[in-house]
Amino acid sequence: MQWFLLILLIVIVAFVISAYNRLIAMKGQTLNAWKQIDVQLKRRHDLIPNLVNAVKGAMDFEKETLEAVIQARNQAVKIQANASPTGGVQALAGAEAALGAALSRLNVVVERYPDLKATGNIGQLQEELTSTENRVAFSRQLYNDTATDYNVKQQQFPWNLVAGLAKAEVVELWEIEEASEREVPNVDLSMKPKA
Amino acid sequence: MSSTNLFEQQRLNRRRSAILVAGFVLFFAWLGFGADYILYLQTAGGPPTHYHHTFPLVGLALTVLAVGMTGFAWRSGAKQVLSATGAWELVNASTPEERQLVNVVEEMAIASGIPKPRIWIVPDDDPNAFATGSDPKAAHIAVTRGLLTTLNRDELQAVVAHEMAHVRNLDVRLMTLLAALVGVIALLSDVTRRWLWFGGGRRSSGGKKGGGGGANALVLVLIVVWLISVILAPIVSRMLALAVSRKREYLADATGAQFTRNPGALASALEKIEGAVAPTKSIRHGSAHLCIADPLGRRVSIKEGFVADLLATHPPMARRIARLKQMAYQYEKTGELVEPAL
Repeated sequence: MQWFLLILLIVIVAFVISAYNRLIAMKGQTLNAWKQIDVQLKRRHDLIPNLVNAVKGAMDFEKETLEAVIQARNQAVKIQANASPTGGVQALAGAEAALGAALSRLNVVVERYPDLKATGNIGQLQEELTSTENRVAFSRQLYNDTATDYNVKQQQFPWNLVAGLAKAEVVELWEIEEASEREVPNVDLSMKPKA
Repeated sequence: MSSTNLFEQQRLNRRRSAILVAGFVLFFAWLGFGADYILYLQTAGGPPTHYHHTFPLVGLALTVLAVGMTGFAWRSGAKQVLSATGAWELVNASTPEERQLVNVVEEMAIASGIPKPRIWIVPDDDPNAFATGSDPKAAHIAVTRGLLTTLNRDELQAVVAHEMAHVRNLDVRLMTLLAALVGVIALLSDVTRRWLWFGGGRRSSGGKKGGGGGANALVLVLIVVWLISVILAPIVSRMLALAVSRKREYLADATGAQFTRNPGALASALEKIEGAVAPTKSIRHGSAHLCIADPLGRRVSIKEGFVADLLATHPPMARRIARLKQMAYQYEKTGELVEPAL
């Protein structure tokens, strides 16, 4: 009987240790994925002033579009400063979605100026912008996958018994709540320049 | 999450290739330690003054040889493969195409969660790509110049994702290990056949007289089975390795789709690559299993059938494309990435 209890105790301790370590590792992965989003968002935010400067001179009369991009960017930067996986993810997701929408409107405008596009600088910037958008999307994807695994694990039995010990908290996913923000702006690239 | 199904499929796929690899290792162990066991039985009945085979020398020697070859290949394999193709490393992107490639690779590094690999360009006009390097933290991805000119951005991304999937799934390590095992088995088979033809038979018949009547029959059966396995071994082991390779291709297609969430792009990339029928001359046979498509342009990859299924490093192109298109269709309709069953 004593042997049995001893073995049971060892099994339980071994489980607690491994479950604790697993949850800590997953928390680390989630935070790491979040940091990756942070890096990519910063890259996106840093790229915008360059883009604005490059197109500013050529399209003085499209000021509103540019203003909207700058404003959305500044808003996103402000929100990013206070966001972490346990709070503010959705607010940041909303701000970034607004920025994305403003950027794609700008892109439509740029498409209307063949001369502007022809200068090498803009072409290069557009590739950088595409890549940046992709990076943001992929880091978001990695974060959501990692965070989902983490959320599921810490709520599943028997890991949930150790969740408090490992200070595991359910983290927010990068999701956009409102349907209007979810809509992808429809960009028609075949649009002829307005004469 | 919407992609649970894909992860589940990948887990199944991994298990299937794990079973194949286990079968491979067991076969290898039978050839080595089986020989030891036969020798042990053969010498056990002899008088005390005779040699008794109690230490599993053959099995251990083969294992050490295989481990050594694998370790060596893991360490120096990447450089050999790259230098054999004449690839040059892309450090500072100068043209828009190169800039795009660097961006795409960095994007896929983010999506896969592994560090950015080093990028190489193979001066060949046939579109192809491969990954090498046994350590995901220090991997290499090489693409041909033809790939850069043939594919659009999304397709390039899909191909790079496929290669990153090979890196993350540790396929380079696995296939190097299998290649080493195949090599050792071929060596063993060769040595045994020579030994059989040049007078080995005389000595073995002399030794058999030592055993008792009952043990003799068992030993005889074991010897026959072992000899048959050894003679068939080079073919069997190569086919097992190829079977694993094909499983890993499907897995890399699915993992790549998980990275890009765009299986359709890989399908159209494969169509374009398949359309360029010329073989990729600069990529040698030995690294064929790491490429996006069989560099020899072997026609077996187009057809399905028994022979094609057994002899190719890659699954039939048509079937890969069909599976990816099915995934793309389903993803568009349901928002779920599901890998079609094999």
